[in-house]
Amino acid sequence: MIGCYTLFRKEMARFGKVWFQTVLSPIVTAMLYLMIFSQILEGRIEVFEGVGYTEFLIPGLLMMTVIQNAFANSSSSLVQSKTLGNLIFILMAPISTLQIFLAYTAAAVARGLMVGLGVLLIGLFYVKVPVHNFGIILLFAICSSAVLGALGIIAGIWADKFDQMAAFQNFIIVPLSFLSGVFYSIHSLQGVWHTLSRFNPFLYMIDGFRYGFFGVSDVPLGTSLTVVFVSLIVLSAVSCWMIHTGYKLRQ
Amino acid sequence: MTIPAISIQALCKNYGPVQALKNINLKIAQGEFFGLLGPNGAGKSTLINTLAGLTRPTSGTLEVMSHNVISDYLAARAHLGVVPQEIVFDPFFSVREALVFQSGYYGLTTNDSWIDELLITLKLTEKANANMRALSGGMKRRVLIAQALVHKPPVVVLDEPTAGVDVELRKSLWRFVNALHNDGHTIVLTTHYLEEAEALCDRIAIIDHGELIALESKRELMRRGLGQKLKVSSNSPLPDVPANLQSKIVNLSSHQLELRLHREHDSVMNILDQLKAAGFQIDDLGVETDSLEDIFVQLTSEQAN
Repeated sequence: MIGCYTLFRKEMARFGKVWFQTVLSPIVTAMLYLMIFSQILEGRIEVFEGVGYTEFLIPGLLMMTVIQNAFANSSSSLVQSKTLGNLIFILMAPISTLQIFLAYTAAAVARGLMVGLGVLLIGLFYVKVPVHNFGIILLFAICSSAVLGALGIIAGIWADKFDQMAAFQNFIIVPLSFLSGVFYSIHSLQGVWHTLSRFNPFLYMIDGFRYGFFGVSDVPLGTSLTVVFVSLIVLSAVSCWMIHTGYKLRQ
Repeated sequence: MTIPAISIQALCKNYGPVQALKNINLKIAQGEFFGLLGPNGAGKSTLINTLAGLTRPTSGTLEVMSHNVISDYLAARAHLGVVPQEIVFDPFFSVREALVFQSGYYGLTTNDSWIDELLITLKLTEKANANMRALSGGMKRRVLIAQALVHKPPVVVLDEPTAGVDVELRKSLWRFVNALHNDGHTIVLTTHYLEEAEALCDRIAIIDHGELIALESKRELMRRGLGQKLKVSSNSPLPDVPANLQSKIVNLSSHQLELRLHREHDSVMNILDQLKAAGFQIDDLGVETDSLEDIFVQLTSEQAN
């Protein structure tokens, strides 16, 4: 396990070296969203009964930042290492498939949580957010960032160049995370949009996470937990398969 | 009987219809200094990459210290250190950080004294805390060598480590590799500089178009050569070369003649007598034994034909 732990430490050090870009920048972006949306919509919309809009927004924004950064960590690290050729140091080392997967995913979770904590601290300046069940909050934060960490591994291995990765990020991750109920309840959507939202796995991550704060959710908690766990198992299995078979990694 | 350092049996690698490696069989004993030669695109790097686990073989088996590189890959990789041909590095880290992480990948939590020793030997101490991006090409190459050696692997593979390296550094690298060999490491070397293989290696394999066309000790391989080149020059114009020597002419000008002599069938003295009898006034002469390069060119051109 020393190889796995070293790879995890290396990944932590990698994003730590550029913390302005990897940690501070997403916190500032989330802060801007919070400033703008809370200024415009506070007092005009009540999504959950007795919950102000800024209060409602903070967990969603927090989770969106967590999952986007978890994805960015594993995907950018892999695509960079592939492009620069230094991935061979890991591919030639006696580190197993599972260990490689765990190291990249754990680092993605760590960055996601770190950025999420920053967003939470900023949010607390605006409004005090209640905590209904801290265990649920932590469970969804860890599992969801692990899901996106695994998806990042898949994307990082699949992408041959940076613009393919940018396409993955801009056409899949960002739209799905924006349209997952961060800024609104899906009950406010009508017809086809409501139905389509049900197919967005990010909805369940954010909704379950929000339940941990308010004890209220759009979707039953069990459903959200199931979607997150199934996503985690499926994406972990796919990424482990890719690492094990050497898909786009070993000739 | 000791186990071989490297054992390759019936190795084939296809890229679609292209056969990059064709039925390679090779055993390298522990402690050998082994040279793997071949022209560009011959399959040398493919062979090394299959050994390192970067390329999957289409068929055949490869073992490092009797550990199969597919089914027992963790143990196989732990016994192997590979210096890749291309200069690759992680731009986020310093030289020392790169070596500490590399040690960790091989299960070593404390390796500072050996890392310091490597830095001293490879003249990198002053750059230990410099970012990899700040190093020259030669220094990056030395870091790659240090990375391959952090776990003191019994088998070290160097894939053209001196490509694009200046003469001084090349010599210091060979001194270092020789010292490793003397310490008991098995060394596998690919190089374009044939005189280096000639000077360093105990045994040599020549690979061309994915096939092993020679696998012999250096001495046996050198004996394969046609033998020698005889150069004679004269201050006066040369007369006609005797008819029985015409087939041996390599170069002929008005004042110089170069003949290729077979090591078993031709005698230098006999040839000189024939030339004198034909009216040659020899003012200078030189005899040059075939080099590994001559043999290499001969073997690879035979293969091409």
